[in-house]
Amino acid sequence: MKISEVSLSRRRFVMSAGVLVIGAYLPGKGAGANAVGHTTAAADNAFAPNAFVQIGEDGIVTVLSKHTEVGQGAYTGMATLVAEELDADWAQMRVLAAPVDIAVYKNLAFGFQGTGGSSSVANAYQQMRRMGAMARVMLVQAAASLWRVPAQEITVSQGRIRHAASGREGGFGQFAALATRVPAPDLTTVVLKDPANFTLIGRQNGLHRVDSLAKTNGTAQFSEDIHEPDMLTVTISKSPRFGGKVRAFDASEALAIPGVVAVKQIDTGVAVYGKNTWAALQGRNKLKVDWDDAQSEMRSSEQIFAEFRQVSQKSGVIAANRGTPDEAFKNADKVIEAEYIFPYVAHAPMEPLVGYLFWDGSEVKARYGCQIQSLDHKQLCDLFQLPPEKVQIETILAGGSFGRRIDLGNPILGPDLAADMAAAAKAIGPGHGTKVVWTREDDIRNGWYRPMILHRLRAAIRDGKVTAWTDTVVGHSWAVDSAMAALVVANGLDQMMVEGASEIPYSFEHFRCDAHIVPGKVPTSSLRSVASTHTGHAVESFIDQLLNETGQDPVEGRLALMGNAPREAGVLRAVAKAANWQGAGVVEGRARGVGVAKAFGTYVAQIAEVSLGEGGIPRVHKVWCAVDCGLVVNPDVVRAQIEGGIGYGLGIALYSSITLQDGLVEQSNFHNYRPLRIDEMPQIEVVIVPSSENPTGVGELGVPVIAPAVGNALVQLGRPRTSLNLPLYRPNPNL
Amino acid sequence: MIDLTVNDQPLSFDGDPSMPLLWYLRDEAGLTGTKFGCGMAMCGACTVHMDGVPVRACVMPVAAAQGKKVTTIEGIGATPAGQAVQQAWLNLDVVQCGYCQSGQIMSATALLMQHVAPSDADIDAAMAGNVCRCATYVRIRAAIHEASTTLGKEEAS
Repeated sequence: MKISEVSLSRRRFVMSAGVLVIGAYLPGKGAGANAVGHTTAAADNAFAPNAFVQIGEDGIVTVLSKHTEVGQGAYTGMATLVAEELDADWAQMRVLAAPVDIAVYKNLAFGFQGTGGSSSVANAYQQMRRMGAMARVMLVQAAASLWRVPAQEITVSQGRIRHAASGREGGFGQFAALATRVPAPDLTTVVLKDPANFTLIGRQNGLHRVDSLAKTNGTAQFSEDIHEPDMLTVTISKSPRFGGKVRAFDASEALAIPGVVAVKQIDTGVAVYGKNTWAALQGRNKLKVDWDDAQSEMRSSEQIFAEFRQVSQKSGVIAANRGTPDEAFKNADKVIEAEYIFPYVAHAPMEPLVGYLFWDGSEVKARYGCQIQSLDHKQLCDLFQLPPEKVQIETILAGGSFGRRIDLGNPILGPDLAADMAAAAKAIGPGHGTKVVWTREDDIRNGWYRPMILHRLRAAIRDGKVTAWTDTVVGHSWAVDSAMAALVVANGLDQMMVEGASEIPYSFEHFRCDAHIVPGKVPTSSLRSVASTHTGHAVESFIDQLLNETGQDPVEGRLALMGNAPREAGVLRAVAKAANWQGAGVVEGRARGVGVAKAFGTYVAQIAEVSLGEGGIPRVHKVWCAVDCGLVVNPDVVRAQIEGGIGYGLGIALYSSITLQDGLVEQSNFHNYRPLRIDEMPQIEVVIVPSSENPTGVGELGVPVIAPAVGNALVQLGRPRTSLNLPLYRPNPNL
Repeated sequence: MIDLTVNDQPLSFDGDPSMPLLWYLRDEAGLTGTKFGCGMAMCGACTVHMDGVPVRACVMPVAAAQGKKVTTIEGIGATPAGQAVQQAWLNLDVVQCGYCQSGQIMSATALLMQHVAPSDADIDAAMAGNVCRCATYVRIRAAIHEASTTLGKEEAS
């Protein structure tokens, strides 16, 4: 099947037999299509005005989402945009994942097919509305020709097409077959609604997530849930040290486990094939592998930080420079310095990595929660040495990502899920469906962490004012050597290492941000909010320190420096008002800290109310967050993302740390890689700042400033600034 | 041979009795709503009820379910508490990625079966074993209170 045929066959779409279908669309026959058990093929005369919208004779509108649903609400967002311009009723909307077709389904912000960077609604806002508007025009035209009335006399509202003068009306389904014969209008001539007339976009209540039901009754299908006849479940034993290779292995005890059918050395380790999960898990436990550490990372985290610290003394590649900061330091009354270090962090989505793949010797069909279709598709094509049309990926729901499901396919630092799936299938040979499963231990220990990072900050103070600010960022770059390199790395500078540090909300006469990329053997990747996972904390902790040193209020002092940052100032004012900010200080054992950031075009400010809990663990009682993400498509999804992002970011801020000891990862599961739990979750109040600017993302925006907001409160509670490296809670402060 | 009842269906299993109940339910009984998250009872994604008590199926050998009544996410909606919890989850759009939510709902339902009107402290105690990496905790708490209100009204009427 060629890609173009895939596009054409969209007319034969899959649609719901029941209430909600959350699954994937894969045309044709095979392992993929059969397994979406609760979908059925639609009739030939279903109406597919474009590659994104399909309307069945039952009136069901199915949106093909080019964005993967990882929990962020992308499916709901895509459906809202289409339904708004289509004037559909929300209850008739369904969403399926689009197949791989880069030309059609590319992310307009990236130029390739994939989800990330809080870009889904932002890049698809106009595009999906156009798709809905186009479908509406064609349905109206079909109704006009059937009723023999002028199209302009027809109205559409909540899924009903009406001609008032003749009293006729009908649902979309009645016109679906006829609409397939209406010539498609030129997309550029389709008129979109004036936002003043929106009925779904921006609606506060009643627009429930399209995936709520299936995720509430256990029917939602994740990669982990895939079961195919004769499928083999595969666990892979990987080197405990990064860069280690298999020297030898003894599979005799593993093969003695009932249900273990094979053990094979593969490119990515040693694979154990089981008839069920339990067999595959037990088999791997019994496997004995001798690892060759000649090329391994043998260092401990402290040694890597020591290297970073040494490097930070030198000037790096300039990311931004204004004025003459070095001169300003010479003329300063006082120079203030700070260093913030950030450990490796594992994303730890609830569903560890899993993927199903069937290779018949000439074609590949993979099914899993794929996040960057373009990159995975290319990897699979390369690994199987197959042309693009012979490799299909069916995207299904992903049990969280936070960046983990972005498979960077980094040839230097080793394999990730796509390579595991390919290696496992190739080693057992064609004709077997293989499901590679990662356990939590694999998830915590197999790398692809947020890189270790160090910020060295300096400020010059003269006449009581900050005259210069410099920030030297040192760390690994997840982008270098990866398939993303061309997008974010240029002239030795990784933009995704300095976002939030190279441009800050505060104006100083002299400013410099420089960066050093330090190579490492530990595979790293982007974590939710990317550079802002560290730049947010470094910048907002340091500005707070400077304001404190110069006797200024954390809110008023920031505002005074925000002359060139009106939207940052807007969210800061909004959050200060919501929290009834009364200045710094401790009241009844509680203090409040502030943080402000811009990331991915969205502006956030937070105030956290904190006390010291049992064992010195920071206790965060409440967080106020103001967000300006332009025009809001789904207000409740925005609130949910901010709530969840704060919780995710707070867990990282307090606890998340992957440490190496002699190259071995010291953590393995949730008992020693501590997640935030419900009893530690603060109350959250979200203020959405009204805006008519183009929509920007929110999926990652709860994360950047929760750490500094908490840290800045801790300082008022007596913690020294030098103790605010992440994570904020360290049972062993030497780590 | 192990005989057990799952969602009111009598089932039997003649495989490895040490297989965790989780893998029996998912791989053998085809009930994939119960999730794997950690394999060591640290995250609660695998929570099911055994004779009405919440247990972590990932560390419970299937043999321990001999003669017991097991309820999973696929069956909990048949109980008044389960139905109230699932409805509250829908009303408040609790879910994000959704992967942990079966376990959250099973723990929340067990709580409401014990305490029709739990306090925040009761919720903390009953739900702290269920990790949600999307951190939907604010809505989980609100939904438990909402389900509690629904059940209270049903009891009163």
